[in-house]
Amino acid sequence: MSDVPSELRYTASHEWIRDEGDGTVTIGITDHAQELLGDLVFVELPEVGADLTAGDACCVVESVKAASDVYAPLTGEVLEVNEMLAESPEIINDSAFDDGWLFKMQLSAEVELEELMDADEYEKEIED
Amino acid sequence: MSQKTVLYDKHVEYGGKMVDFAGWQMPVNYGSQMDEHHQVRQDAGMFDVSHMTIVDLKGERVTDFLRYLLANDVAKLKEEGKALYSCMLKEDGGVIDDLIVYYMNDNWYRMVVNAGTHDKDMAWINKQAPAFDVDVNERANVAMIAVQGPKAIEKAIAVLPLDEVEAVAEMKRFFGVDCGEWFIGRTGYTGEDGFEIMLPESEAPALWDKLAHAGVKPCGLGARDTLRLEAGMNLYGADMTEETSPLISGLGWTIAWEPEDRDFIGRAAIQRGRDQGVSQKIVGLILEERGVLRGHQKVVVENVGEGEITSGTFSPTLKQSIALARVPVATADVCQVEIRGKLLNARVVKPVFVRDGQAV
Repeated sequence: MSDVPSELRYTASHEWIRDEGDGTVTIGITDHAQELLGDLVFVELPEVGADLTAGDACCVVESVKAASDVYAPLTGEVLEVNEMLAESPEIINDSAFDDGWLFKMQLSAEVELEELMDADEYEKEIED
Repeated sequence: MSQKTVLYDKHVEYGGKMVDFAGWQMPVNYGSQMDEHHQVRQDAGMFDVSHMTIVDLKGERVTDFLRYLLANDVAKLKEEGKALYSCMLKEDGGVIDDLIVYYMNDNWYRMVVNAGTHDKDMAWINKQAPAFDVDVNERANVAMIAVQGPKAIEKAIAVLPLDEVEAVAEMKRFFGVDCGEWFIGRTGYTGEDGFEIMLPESEAPALWDKLAHAGVKPCGLGARDTLRLEAGMNLYGADMTEETSPLISGLGWTIAWEPEDRDFIGRAAIQRGRDQGVSQKIVGLILEERGVLRGHQKVVVENVGEGEITSGTFSPTLKQSIALARVPVATADVCQVEIRGKLLNARVVKPVFVRDGQAV
């Protein structure tokens, strides 16, 4: 059974979003997503400074088995990316919600946060 | 509806993540494909391959039949139990399937063909057999477990409940031993030593448990694919199909051209290809940059032309991405592969990456 931390927000495409409370968010893929993908071997991250629109395909995570797009859950600018993942993409398998974060964003419209799923909704989503 | 092998409950019990494969519910992994891959390279792992099709061919003219049906020549098989890898071709030279055939005696061969091609294989074989009075008997209620890895034989021997265990232990590579209800082949699809064990379905779950207890870890289809690709073994449907000649699929070595007067299905078509020369061949690629090579990505060989990846993956042994690719015959030492709009550099190598645990 996958872990779904209650303090995070989620998307149906299996991204998690942590509201840092200062107009910025940290984004990653969920434990459920890494379980579906299996052993990760490559991560392509967005450019720092890139302007993303909610729904943009902005990252690629690849396991031995398959490549999968990661979508920007919100609109804004990329502030920082997790450089550790270039050398060690398997961090996502070990720690999807913590050390395995993908990138941080400065939000253009914080109101978009409210449209994301909460933990209960996401849990229902992945049960189906 | 998906079919289940007799080991389905074992897969679930051992934590297998079940997926649909060629109409069968099969485990893709039991947790980590990567760990399972290393387990087979370094120790011993087992795969349920019961979805594959086992066909017994019997009759006084069965040798003549197979010399006509297959592109490789079963006349090479003189010793009892000896195995041969071959393609089965259409008249136009396209590959219907690749298979292993064991010589049991002059009136009996045993053949193992792919699961995904079961229906068309059986239809083809049954269409050709009557002219040779050959009896085609698809074995039912038989399970098959592949035990692979440097310690596979030692660990399997210790738990095989067979009188013939000595004969099995002494068997050479690419042979099989008939043990009555059981049949053990020293064959596989990983580039490691090991056995493929055919046995009555009723006995398979108990053997699975015994092997697991002896330290042979269950491995899924995911690891099976990375292992075979590292070993440079073709996958039917990806590296060769009905649309491709074996000559452009890295399978030229499996065609027995001699004796010249042997007529086999597809011979005329591929003979023309051989005489005129083919324009493409299969090579191995090793990606020099970060990323993962996948089937159907475009390959660009500067000043030569373009090709396509037929199978690609991340190699757990080399810790780099590898692929088989069909490229222009002239090729070069390096090429570029287009991944999501970017051209990445790759090295062109012989299509084999790892054998017996070692990088080639």
